[in-house]
Amino acid sequence: MRPASADRRNKSLEDIYENKAESAKSLKALKTGSSPPWITNPHGVCKGLEPVLLRYALNPMTDPLPIPTAPASAFTLKRVRQQKEGQTILDEVELDLPAGEIIALVGPSGAGKTSLIRLLNRLDDPVSGQIFYRERPITQFPVRELRHKIGFVFQAPVMFPGTVRDNLDVALELSGDKKDNADDRVAAFMAVVELDLELLHRDGDSLSGGEKQRVNIARALLTSSEVLLMDEPTSALDPETADRLMDTIRRLRREQRLTIVMVTHRLSEARRTSDLVIVMEGGRVIEKGRTIDIFEGVTNPRVRAFFDTGK
Amino acid sequence: MLVIIQNAEPVSHSIIQVSWLDLGLAFFLIIIAVGISLWQKLGLAQRLVIGAIRTVIQLVLVGYLLVYIFALDRWYLVAATLVLMLIVATRAAVNRQGRATRKLLMITGAAILVSSGFTVLYVSTFVVRVAPWYNPRYLIPLFGMIVGSAMNAAAIASERLSSEFAARKMEIEAYLALGAGYQRASQQAVRQAFRASLIPTVNGLMVVGIVTLPGMMTGQILAGSSPLIAIRYQIVVAFMQAAAVAISTAVVTLWYRRTFFTSALQLKPSAIEATA
Repeated sequence: MRPASADRRNKSLEDIYENKAESAKSLKALKTGSSPPWITNPHGVCKGLEPVLLRYALNPMTDPLPIPTAPASAFTLKRVRQQKEGQTILDEVELDLPAGEIIALVGPSGAGKTSLIRLLNRLDDPVSGQIFYRERPITQFPVRELRHKIGFVFQAPVMFPGTVRDNLDVALELSGDKKDNADDRVAAFMAVVELDLELLHRDGDSLSGGEKQRVNIARALLTSSEVLLMDEPTSALDPETADRLMDTIRRLRREQRLTIVMVTHRLSEARRTSDLVIVMEGGRVIEKGRTIDIFEGVTNPRVRAFFDTGK
Repeated sequence: MLVIIQNAEPVSHSIIQVSWLDLGLAFFLIIIAVGISLWQKLGLAQRLVIGAIRTVIQLVLVGYLLVYIFALDRWYLVAATLVLMLIVATRAAVNRQGRATRKLLMITGAAILVSSGFTVLYVSTFVVRVAPWYNPRYLIPLFGMIVGSAMNAAAIASERLSSEFAARKMEIEAYLALGAGYQRASQQAVRQAFRASLIPTVNGLMVVGIVTLPGMMTGQILAGSSPLIAIRYQIVVAFMQAAAVAISTAVVTLWYRRTFFTSALQLKPSAIEATA
């Protein structure tokens, strides 16, 4: 392990935790492989679940939890152009999306936000330009392997036929997991997305919009452990349900150490939830920066105008 | 085995011949259909008349052609006839589609060839034991019936698969986003296409002889065969059709589904939109 990357990891963990004492404690837990504090008390959510089990759910590939040596940047886009039916949707987009952050993509409809995140797990390919995931061109990953790292949650939740359990089983089957711990993993991820275990036997279509979206997130997380892309995940939800989902998203980033890229049309949501904001307009990035800087300090008149109409 | 058929008792009374004059009287029935069409202003009268004339011309030609082929009794003529039937069936199946690509033509042709070829070969070798192997009196009618079923199945399957892909675009992308292969992502669509294609055959097997008397069996009876012989042939044909429909559908759905995806497992927008 390179000392530089370990340092970087330590630094981001310190960012996550408000006070240094807690950060030091959890770092120690990470290094010794014992349960980090959030596992035994993650907002009371996982009460009654074996910590070992949950830890396994968090990262089944490596147990005990390692200290990741991930490069600082999750995605890098270089001169990315996208066209649909002859129209330019994305125009020479240059972006760097850091790992381990919640990144909100905002902008008026037709700005190219959805087209952009669809490129990140190759649901579409750009007409020109290059996209790197962890410093490697995404076309160099076998596409199914790439999608096993990078999950996608669609604007309208998609329920597969059958029960909630059937829906999660699809993800288990695709992640190639052994059958023997399937029940434990399903239970753990239901807890992660804050769904009652009793829902497992309900027909997927009978769920509320918010519950469906949580099942979709759980399904994505079961197969994809590194990045979660979300296309307006709250657009079909009432504000209260949307707020609760965003709290879950923040918790996920913290506990699962995920990189989250989400498209949102609710500025308040971006402001409350994200670490970074990217403002798009007409297929171009017109502003980017830390959320607080963008909302408080930005002087770009086009961004200000967009923010004012969005209020 | 249909060996027993030879021992079955022939029906004693002679076959009633239908003369050309009798056929002219039958034409009166078409005039009734045309009359109803005119009365209800369906705008179909002209097409009905053309259709009736085509029926007469096409069947007369086929009749003389069959007489000619039966008389010459040459294997290559039989083979050429079968190939021609295959080509016509393939074109007819593909022309029903909105998205008639060269690829679909190839897939449909292969589906009809494999399904009809296999079943007819099986039946003529093991069940009816046609001798000589190319005996046109058996091979051409059997192949004709099977090709018809296989063609319908291929057309329904490809048409339904296209519309399922359009309707399930989101579901399929959700599977792909989870890292599924194209087989898993299109599983529901394929299943629906498969069912749509097989259900008419299954329903047909359920009601045959009760609600409907199959054309072939009726024909044999009208032509003077014992109903006991006719039903045996009909049973064989019904089973052949079931197998041919299943094989044809399998070839179409399992091959055609691949054409909706790019090599990077993305849904091809062109393929989806053409059918939507």
